[in-house]
Amino acid sequence: MSERVTRLRALVRQAGAQRSAGMSTSREPDEVVAELDDLTVWFPTPAGMVRAVDGVSLQVRRGETLGLVGESGSGKSTTGLALLRLVDPTSGGVRVAGQDVTRWSRRRLRALRRRVAMVFQDPHASLDPRRTIGASIAEPLIVHRLTDRGAARRHRVEELLDMVGLRRDLADRHPHELSGGQRQRVGIARALAGEPDLIVLDEPIASLDLSVQAQIMNLLRRLQRELGLTYLFIAHDLAAVEHMSDRMAVMYLGRIVESGTPAQIWREPAHPYTAALLSAVPVADPRIERQRRRIILSGDIPSPVDPPAGCRFRTRCPQARPDCASTDPVLAEVGPEHRAACLFAGDAVRAMRTP
Amino acid sequence: MSERQRVDHQLTATTTSSGGGDGQLRRALSALRHDPLALTGSAVLALLVVVGLAGSWLAPSGVNDVDVDRMLQPPSWSHPFGTDELGRDVLSRVLVAARVSLQVGLVSVGIALVVGVTLGLFAGYYRGWLDNVLMRCMDVLFAFPVLLLAVAIVAVLGPGLTTAMIAIGVVYTPIFARVTRAGVLSVREQVFVRAAVSIGASDLRIMRRHVLPNIAAPLIVQTSLSLAFAILSEAALSFLGLGVQPPAPAWGRMLYDGRGFVTEAWWLGVFPGAAIFLTVLAFNLVGDALRDVLDPRQLTVSEARRNS
Amino acid sequence: MSDRAVLAVEDLTVTIGTRRGPARAVAGVDWSVRAGETLALVGESGSGKSMSVLAATGLAPRSARVTGRVHLLGTELTGLPGEDRRRMRGRHVGFVFQDPMTSLNPVLTVGRQVTEAGEEHLGLTRRAARARAVELLDLVGIPSPAERVDAYPHQFSGGMRQRVVIAMALACEPDLLIADEPTTALDVTTQAQIVELVADLQRRLGTAVVWITHDLGVVAGIADTVAVMYAGRILEQGPVDAVFTNPSHPYTTALLAARPDPDGGGDELVTIQGSPPSPLDLPAGCAFWPRCPVRGAARCEHELPPLVPVAADHHVRTFYPHHTDGGVPT
Repeated sequence: MSERVTRLRALVRQAGAQRSAGMSTSREPDEVVAELDDLTVWFPTPAGMVRAVDGVSLQVRRGETLGLVGESGSGKSTTGLALLRLVDPTSGGVRVAGQDVTRWSRRRLRALRRRVAMVFQDPHASLDPRRTIGASIAEPLIVHRLTDRGAARRHRVEELLDMVGLRRDLADRHPHELSGGQRQRVGIARALAGEPDLIVLDEPIASLDLSVQAQIMNLLRRLQRELGLTYLFIAHDLAAVEHMSDRMAVMYLGRIVESGTPAQIWREPAHPYTAALLSAVPVADPRIERQRRRIILSGDIPSPVDPPAGCRFRTRCPQARPDCASTDPVLAEVGPEHRAACLFAGDAVRAMRTP
Repeated sequence: MSERQRVDHQLTATTTSSGGGDGQLRRALSALRHDPLALTGSAVLALLVVVGLAGSWLAPSGVNDVDVDRMLQPPSWSHPFGTDELGRDVLSRVLVAARVSLQVGLVSVGIALVVGVTLGLFAGYYRGWLDNVLMRCMDVLFAFPVLLLAVAIVAVLGPGLTTAMIAIGVVYTPIFARVTRAGVLSVREQVFVRAAVSIGASDLRIMRRHVLPNIAAPLIVQTSLSLAFAILSEAALSFLGLGVQPPAPAWGRMLYDGRGFVTEAWWLGVFPGAAIFLTVLAFNLVGDALRDVLDPRQLTVSEARRNS
Repeated sequence: MSDRAVLAVEDLTVTIGTRRGPARAVAGVDWSVRAGETLALVGESGSGKSMSVLAATGLAPRSARVTGRVHLLGTELTGLPGEDRRRMRGRHVGFVFQDPMTSLNPVLTVGRQVTEAGEEHLGLTRRAARARAVELLDLVGIPSPAERVDAYPHQFSGGMRQRVVIAMALACEPDLLIADEPTTALDVTTQAQIVELVADLQRRLGTAVVWITHDLGVVAGIADTVAVMYAGRILEQGPVDAVFTNPSHPYTTALLAARPDPDGGGDELVTIQGSPPSPLDLPAGCAFWPRCPVRGAARCEHELPPLVPVAADHHVRTFYPHHTDGGVPT
């Protein structure tokens, strides 16, 4: 890495540290805000039953960011939607703020959706093109009757615009008059409006330009510090998830295959899929790129209609062994707070990495 | 920023319209101003509205001023459109009948719009059995020839202006239901609708605030085209004696009455016929022009043409 | 590796007519790529990276006005009649675009599509074309190509479709492969497969590659030379090692630093304020000036910095090549 880049990062880091010094958010360390218990979500299609999510359990604790990383078809987005009950669970449970919402009626669910908010991937598509920015941000306030109409509502919208770093006069504009980064700030302001317990961020930076991605990630971190927010950060970008998360989980074909702290996942992955994913992430340094050994996975992710028996990753796993076809591995401890669903967790990765 | 977005779209040569809110309507109106056909159509419609509102005041004589001495006179300075078999002034009758035509058009299309859009909205939004039941009913209505259905309805309810309006309204309901449903089906899959659901907005709110405004464009186009057909249908019903009852003037009825005198008094048929023709043409011109500027796919074609 | 450029672009400018006036998409761009070499064009959306390549190969939209000189294998393209230019392009240049689904015709078998260009430009018979299609599918690593040749695009996964598109691009044994964000729509593990495939094909066939991307990580892995574009101009250009280890434009430095660094830690990411300017309304001086952390002198606002060398083959368009980390120039 270039010295100039390192120096620039150090400068910004110092400035950030000074700003956040003395700003500690009070939180109960282990209060669980939302919880999925052995959740399955299956969709009927002409090709058969798509097992989008197939036995996922996770807990999001107050004030933390739980990162969920996976490729397309891993079920990470469906998992996020399940927390808002935007998809119906086939089996398993969804708990939010201590209440079991798995079987709630449509009417009751509307109240749930004040507790859990969502930010979508494409900020252009997620804003109604015919409504003003102000109207979009105010919608949660109107739907849940949080402010009186008129001046109070206007004031709250302006406050939300301030929070996400947008000029107040943008309230009267339409989405097509804003840049991609500004639109995503609007999406975040709308999610903040109802003061939710949990915000599900579904690929919030994936469709933004590189220089804007960093702005949005900094904004999300700042809002979390200042307001004590809880995030479920869903992305395919491993480095972004690592940066944003306090804990993270890696998904493959409807299952969590590994979970732990970002440092554990990044430095000592225990599941062969995580190791392969890490080795596929390109690094912006030509010298590193030339030296490193890639673990190139063969083939594609299998169809979620007909997942392989036993371990779901075995069809592409460079370390697959006969046992993998007969035994479906469960998430097991491989370290403190570090779990992996692999019969040969650790060993397999070591074998992959040594030539 | 809007500029950047729009130019980005053009630079990457994508074909989606960057259409947003008021911008789209403003663009549509400015495009209409530069289309000579649409301008002509709008002018004719404006004239028609004036005549419809002030017809009896503009008419040189009363619509039922019978003057048997002056029957079947060809167009002249005192009777520019000539007189009919009872000596009534054809110009006055054509002018006054404009009101009936407009009234039938607006009321019947109004009925079709309200009922059709409501049915289409619910069918498209909720899908499932409701969609199946509603749309199969619409298919049945759609299967009948337009006029046959209208005649059947009038036969049940009895002839007259009100029943003609109801009949035409019923006949055009399925078109609106279908156009609405098609629009709803595509809009409800948009991310911003899912975003509204995620906020906790009720179904009715989502339909009213998010879905309807985004399908307004095809509905405006359909309304304009349907007005033309409704007026044509009213003329046909009146021609068959099932619409406006004599002695009240109506273009279709006048056409029917003039039928017996085609050889000796051409003006009895030509002038009401021309009125029907012009009105229908004007609505169609405006409707087509609106379609060109409001339909996103058409929009990019016309924009591309202008840009190259 | 030969010294002659396969494709060389000089002083290329593309202006696109819009209803709101002319938009300058590309302004005075020079680059070239030699056989066996990979040139990476990097930039954000609207930087002109794709447009410069489309214009160079005669694929710019009709509303675009293109000036400058373009040499393909030594032949000046800009002066050629449209038909000759089309033939040159078809014979010597292969294209791979971002979305493999829309690049393929859903109603034709992949075999037919792979050799369609070949039939036209090489005069292959149907039977020879089929044999060639199997060969090409095998070349791009599609398993059991003899069976898959009769399959339709929807029967392939995203990664496999992109392989088919690459096979199509290689059908005429082009001297130049243009890859426009070919892995952006793909997952990282699939991206790694495609990057590996193109690098391997390049080694075997000696093709020159122009790779358009916004992903600096991909650039580091594949490029020999790199050009960083912003608002239609090249801001920094040079051998990949020089640009990545010694980024000399504030924009390049900030872009490199903006990515999260899992090994470095820290809460705050380096950002670039604001967003890129509209091509309809570009600043008179340096287009990056309003967002630039250096922004020391008024001259940046009014005067366009020239592209100056900072090392051999390494050029940068700034007045202050050594103040990339936000220090105020003195």
